[in-house]
Amino acid sequence: MAPVATPFFFYFLSGLALVSGILVITRKNPVHSALALILTLLALAGIYLMLYAPFVAGVQIILYAGGIMVLFLFVIMLVDVGRAEKERQFNKQWLVAIAATLGLGILFVKVFTASKTLAELLKRPLAQLPETSNTQQVGFSLYGQYMLAFEIASLLLLVAIVGAVVMAKKRI
Amino acid sequence: MLDYITSYLKSDATPGAAGNMLWAFIYIMLIFLGLSIAVIAMNWLERKILAHMQVRLGPMRVGPHGLLQPIADAIKLLIKEDIMPAEADKAVFWMAPLIVVTAAFTTFIVVPFGPQHAVTDMNIGILFMLGVSSLGVLGIVMAGWASNSHYPLIGALRSSAQMVSYEVAMGLAVVSAVLMTSLHGAGIYATGGSNGMGTLSMIEIVKAQQEQQTWFAFKFFPLGLMAMFVFAVAMVAETNRAPFDLPEAESELTAGFHTEYSGFRWSLFFLAEYSAMIAVSSILVTLWLGGWLRPFPNLLNGPTWDLVFSLFPGLMFLALAGLTFYSTARMPKMRYFRVQTLGLAGFGALLGLIGLILFIPPVRDRIQDIYWFVAKVAVFMYLYIWYRGTFPRYRFDQLMKVGWKVLLPMGLGVLIVTAIVGVL
Amino acid sequence: MTDNSKYLSHLELGERDETFLDSNELIINMGPQHPATHGVLRVILKLDGEKVLGTECVIGYLHRGVEKIAENRTYAMFNPYVDRMDYVAAVSNGLGYCEAVEKLLNVEAPPRAKYIRVILTELNRIASHQLWLGTHALDIGAITPLFYTFRDREEILKIFEKYCGARLTTHAFRIGGCQYETYDGFERDVKKFVDFVTPKIDEYEELLTTNRIWVERTKGVGTISDKDCIALGVTGPVLRASGVKWDIRKALPYAAYSEMDFEIPTGQNGDTYDRYLVRMAEMRQSLRIISQAVEKIPEGPIMAKIPKVLKPPVGEIYHSIEAPKGELGYFVVSDGSTQPYRLRVRPPSFVNLQALDLMVRGQLVADVIAVIGTLDIVLGEVDR
Repeated sequence: MAPVATPFFFYFLSGLALVSGILVITRKNPVHSALALILTLLALAGIYLMLYAPFVAGVQIILYAGGIMVLFLFVIMLVDVGRAEKERQFNKQWLVAIAATLGLGILFVKVFTASKTLAELLKRPLAQLPETSNTQQVGFSLYGQYMLAFEIASLLLLVAIVGAVVMAKKRI
Repeated sequence: MLDYITSYLKSDATPGAAGNMLWAFIYIMLIFLGLSIAVIAMNWLERKILAHMQVRLGPMRVGPHGLLQPIADAIKLLIKEDIMPAEADKAVFWMAPLIVVTAAFTTFIVVPFGPQHAVTDMNIGILFMLGVSSLGVLGIVMAGWASNSHYPLIGALRSSAQMVSYEVAMGLAVVSAVLMTSLHGAGIYATGGSNGMGTLSMIEIVKAQQEQQTWFAFKFFPLGLMAMFVFAVAMVAETNRAPFDLPEAESELTAGFHTEYSGFRWSLFFLAEYSAMIAVSSILVTLWLGGWLRPFPNLLNGPTWDLVFSLFPGLMFLALAGLTFYSTARMPKMRYFRVQTLGLAGFGALLGLIGLILFIPPVRDRIQDIYWFVAKVAVFMYLYIWYRGTFPRYRFDQLMKVGWKVLLPMGLGVLIVTAIVGVL
Repeated sequence: MTDNSKYLSHLELGERDETFLDSNELIINMGPQHPATHGVLRVILKLDGEKVLGTECVIGYLHRGVEKIAENRTYAMFNPYVDRMDYVAAVSNGLGYCEAVEKLLNVEAPPRAKYIRVILTELNRIASHQLWLGTHALDIGAITPLFYTFRDREEILKIFEKYCGARLTTHAFRIGGCQYETYDGFERDVKKFVDFVTPKIDEYEELLTTNRIWVERTKGVGTISDKDCIALGVTGPVLRASGVKWDIRKALPYAAYSEMDFEIPTGQNGDTYDRYLVRMAEMRQSLRIISQAVEKIPEGPIMAKIPKVLKPPVGEIYHSIEAPKGELGYFVVSDGSTQPYRLRVRPPSFVNLQALDLMVRGQLVADVIAVIGTLDIVLGEVDR
């Protein structure tokens, strides 16, 4: 499928991701922060879509935005937020923060531009994977080449689930 | 310009795939319109069918046989006072119904009413539908929290816990069906093995059923049927309908998540609930019941049978028109009822006209796919109403037990056995 | 806000391990206005998360001072008041009162009156059980049986209306017999009703008895052992579902029950499902009694010879009958005048309600409503 208005969507989605990311850390109300995080995740899903990775975009929406964030919201809503809201959020050290951010940013940019592999990578044209087989490609990789890592990751998740249930279970 | 419009008519892809914005927009508007009519019809149908199951008549006064009742309900909801709880979080309170409605409506982009009658044919179609419906859960949680009251919050958390649990069972059932799309052989017990290239695209899934010449509900009988059963139960729980509607029951202590919503905001939740019902029924119909395919395409094949089945839409509308005229004849013969009788007769005439239009060959051929799809979805809408009238409610812990301890192992078992049988 | 904790100070809690995710104990009010408390009943629940630790019922919202009123009315004048206590089964109330005063007067109603009384009382038992079934199923979530049972109950109410002019608060009997002769076609109507309702009861059973959701909601819920029943004084279907075969119609027969052939259904476990089965079986036994009674109504007078002005001799009497809800007893103390010195009603719902606390401990909140429904209480009787 031919891409439509790529620059517009890219700037729109990344702008949305950045703005909601900033909202996440600046909101006083934790629920607002969680909602802004959901917006960031959805913008990221859009960017994945633009990179011809529809499967990753779909899974991002299902798992991240629709599962993990719901869990976040559960916990935030069950915890007493009143106290957290009244606590002092920021220490009003704006100048120090801006200076630190600028310094870190300049460091990152210098590192990126000085890197040789990055320069070579940027020279090559972007690989156009046929999007019709994105899901199949992911499937082949996961169950073929990266089978061991996949199984270990699922085992890890199983241990986490069992541990959570054991810790939270009350004695009946 | 005209070229842009007509160039699409010659292609045989969906507007999204063809990149044609105008037609995509037209399709979206058509789906929006159809969905609104469907929700309005569901409102009337639910009240009437439930009433007839309960030895009573249902709405009879507002319009003949209560046909104008949904309009009266809509007007009432629109002119109601918009109350917002005092301490509620205004932004979240306002956003919650929007998110639920948007999620419910967005899923219809990929619903295939025909081989090219979908807005677009994403190659992750089914994944997209499941993902966007899980975004609806967020709206429910937000609605419960924004009401700033203990009971709606607990109701919302229970609702969303229930929906999330049953999404797991739904996902497993869906994977069973997607597995079947990659098989070679035709017939109920295929023997070709798998070609390793299944598909998540809704239109391709129906086309796979067409190639394998069997609806997936009957594939590897009874495996397909069991997967469909798991999905059918999970979808009722997903949409918070009876018998899984404890979070919104009035006789329980915790009120539902939409307690504090009144008027138009509540009607948005109501709209989203019915749209979600139609959406998950569409998933079921697409995955297991052959989508837009007509019944018995292979057993009863040939041009004559094609003709017979293609007469169904027209005949159905004519039968409905006949029923309406019969009711008109039975209306009371007093002066007071004159307008209603005329209205009912007019409605019957309209139905008859639509039926006659559906007999015209060009229309008849175009309408086939859409008709069979909608008819199958309508069967499931009737089942939803039937469940509501028949079953008592599950208690919340029993509800979760059914989701995790019954449907999940069953879905897993069906998946494993399907995978083994499919590879043989 | 009323301080509810003072009502519950007598409830103790066991030892528990505390984790940081412990939910607090909650004291919730199921207010007098609630769709599922069958009247104005206030239940204060002490909850631990979802589990009920204890309950306290606050009653009295429907107290009308009926027993005090009785001291200022003559015996005949008080008869209509009696219907208003258990307004669902008004005929039984009237039967108990009339028989109690007749015992005090040492008269016996003539046989024909006894048969008429039996027929009408058993019809009322069916009507009361049908109302119970509809509302109980509605509370548990099955919305359809309500409409079926109320529709079929209409036939009974039509018979009552034809007989004595009222559907609900019938005032059907008088002290000494019945006032009204049965109307033309009474036997035919009753026989038609029996034929009409027998398949309907099968229909109710078909909807609920083997429905897995119904069974899961009612089996094991609100269990009470027979010893606890006897200790608390619980009577009626609740007692019989716990396994005790006690029915006053068989144990201390009154009216014409000694001449009727019927069984007493009992349950085994004493849970909600057993109470449901017992009441369904009782409906069928009532139909059996009615069919027998309507065949052999004797001819004769319907009213015994009693003086115009009723002045029972000095004395006291306690007479109880098997009302649909349990043992309904009347304790009448007469001081020789035309008005009773004291009239005490032993309402079955009042005594059964005391078992609520025991039945509901350790169950979930959603079960409280099921248990209140299965006790079949009528607040008019509880509060009088």
